[in-house]
Amino acid sequence: MVWKTLARHLAAKPAAPRHADAGTTEALSQRLKETSARKLGRSLAIRHVAAGSCNGCELELRATQNMIHDLTRYGLSFTPSPRHADVLLITGVAARNMIDAVRQAREAMPDPAFTIAAGDCAVDGGVFKGSPAITGGADSILPIDLLIPGCPPTPAAIIEALLALLEAQDPPALIMREI
Amino acid sequence: MNFCSPETWSNFAGEFIALWTDDTHAYALFKGEFLAVELTGGAYPALSVRHPGAGWFERLTKDLNGHEAQGAHHTATAIEHFRAPDGTAPWPEFATPHAEGLHQIAVGPIHAGIIEPGHFRFSVIGEKILKLEARLGYSHKGTLGLMRGKSPRLAARFAARVSGDATVAHSLAFAHAAESALHMHIPERAVFLRAVMSELERIANHTSDIGAIAGDAGFAFLDARFAWHRESFCAAAQSAFGHRLMMDVVIPGGVAADIFPAGPVAILRALDALEMELPSLQRVFEDYASLQDRLVGTGHISTHLAEKYAAGGFTGRASGRRTDARQDPGYAPYNTVALAIPVETEGDVAARIRIRLAEIVESIRLIRLFLDLPRTPIAVAPPQSSGIGLGVAESFRGSAWHWLKIESGLITNAFIADPSTLHWPLLEHAAITGIVADFPLINKSINASYSGVDL
Repeated sequence: MVWKTLARHLAAKPAAPRHADAGTTEALSQRLKETSARKLGRSLAIRHVAAGSCNGCELELRATQNMIHDLTRYGLSFTPSPRHADVLLITGVAARNMIDAVRQAREAMPDPAFTIAAGDCAVDGGVFKGSPAITGGADSILPIDLLIPGCPPTPAAIIEALLALLEAQDPPALIMREI
Repeated sequence: MNFCSPETWSNFAGEFIALWTDDTHAYALFKGEFLAVELTGGAYPALSVRHPGAGWFERLTKDLNGHEAQGAHHTATAIEHFRAPDGTAPWPEFATPHAEGLHQIAVGPIHAGIIEPGHFRFSVIGEKILKLEARLGYSHKGTLGLMRGKSPRLAARFAARVSGDATVAHSLAFAHAAESALHMHIPERAVFLRAVMSELERIANHTSDIGAIAGDAGFAFLDARFAWHRESFCAAAQSAFGHRLMMDVVIPGGVAADIFPAGPVAILRALDALEMELPSLQRVFEDYASLQDRLVGTGHISTHLAEKYAAGGFTGRASGRRTDARQDPGYAPYNTVALAIPVETEGDVAARIRIRLAEIVESIRLIRLFLDLPRTPIAVAPPQSSGIGLGVAESFRGSAWHWLKIESGLITNAFIADPSTLHWPLLEHAAITGIVADFPLINKSINASYSGVDL
């Protein structure tokens, strides 16, 4: 039964535990303390939209939620509803068939909001550059505040970039939410 | 390849795998048979009447090449959404069954989770799903067009991005096609390294999907543990091959880089950890009544239906079909091992998970065997010659087929058939056995790729 297994897990030391790099985690937490509490009340809700990805970026975005990378520890979380989101995170190229949906997602979000392009495809079209089925990277749909390169970007790189966004100097509208 | 008459084409009774066209011919791939029929007036006889799995392929040939499937029942566009320059488009008509109290639920293209885009239209009475229609094509990127005019080595980057979760398998199928077209012989070491990567990819996807299904049923413990193991395998892949998903490592002619010295130890350690915990996780999965209650009997796909659509991978194997491209048609190095293929007949979400659990065990065994690497070079250069080649690789979700036409070292035409193409219609069938709340479980248990069919 599950309780037995849970108990065994609590009692036993797991074999070769893996952790995200301790130094990085420590540095990120420290930076978070210094900035986000002041600017955002320690939270950033992210609405992810795949605008024409190969699903590689989605795998790594999901990996940011596992217990090794655990992005919620930094006050970051994914939200299903654009109405609750502070960040629109776009992966994949701007596929023509998705442009309208991405724009609608942004319109459904309350201002102020950030837009992030994650992954080489969203940054500038990546390997699909020049295809007639796409209009380019995410910046061909919406103005982008932050680029996260990588094919796909690693979970650590994604978290690092999101925290860098929190640190960004004086996002004008967000100041209003200072506690 | 057999050039055949329209009659032979229409009446062929084999197991359908894929269909596509070029400027002059329509091609149909069946199990053990490869047919070509000449296009007349830009049209060819529809196969979907006899082989329902051909539906999406026929709609795709229309949208990509303008070739009509004559006599097809389902003629809706696939990737063509008739977008205005500003991106807006009218919604298509979704036919609903006539019943009192019926209404439609529209979901997507943007879904609730971190997932690719697609639109689902449910026709429901209360909670019961009467009909599901999936509208795909949202992530169409023009992959096939981009491959043309490029060398196989360059075009391999597109093959690796057909479906990111099956990047190794698609790269491998593409490499097999190029190597068959150009008559290349691949060094032994590359063959074994490719197999190690394929099995690592299989385990990584199986672990994360099993966990995610449990997570969708509200059972966080399995989700957390399986996600932990997936992360170990991604980290092992990083230290062995320099990329967490092993993208762009398999190339036509061999592999792009040898395994790093620290790689085998990292892989073996991840395998050991998973092997140690897997029995207890499996027990939790099987013994926890409220979890089984959500999974047993959910999303049922009968053997008959699986046969009709020639379902592959764990979707087919959970519904009684013993198919595996590693064994049939088979490719090296799997001919050196007696491959264990788990098969069940229940065809529900629970059976698909059991198949995947069994496949993890087999993949662990295979990787340990394959890590005994032969000492040979790791790649040969593709010659600047011409040829037509067909390649296959068993991805975690089924057989991926690639077809390439190469002239003087450059690709002039290509087609890619992801196993998901045959699984999407099965999802529509499986959904109507359940209620709306079961759909995430059913969807995740089949895990068809959006990008893989939108191309």
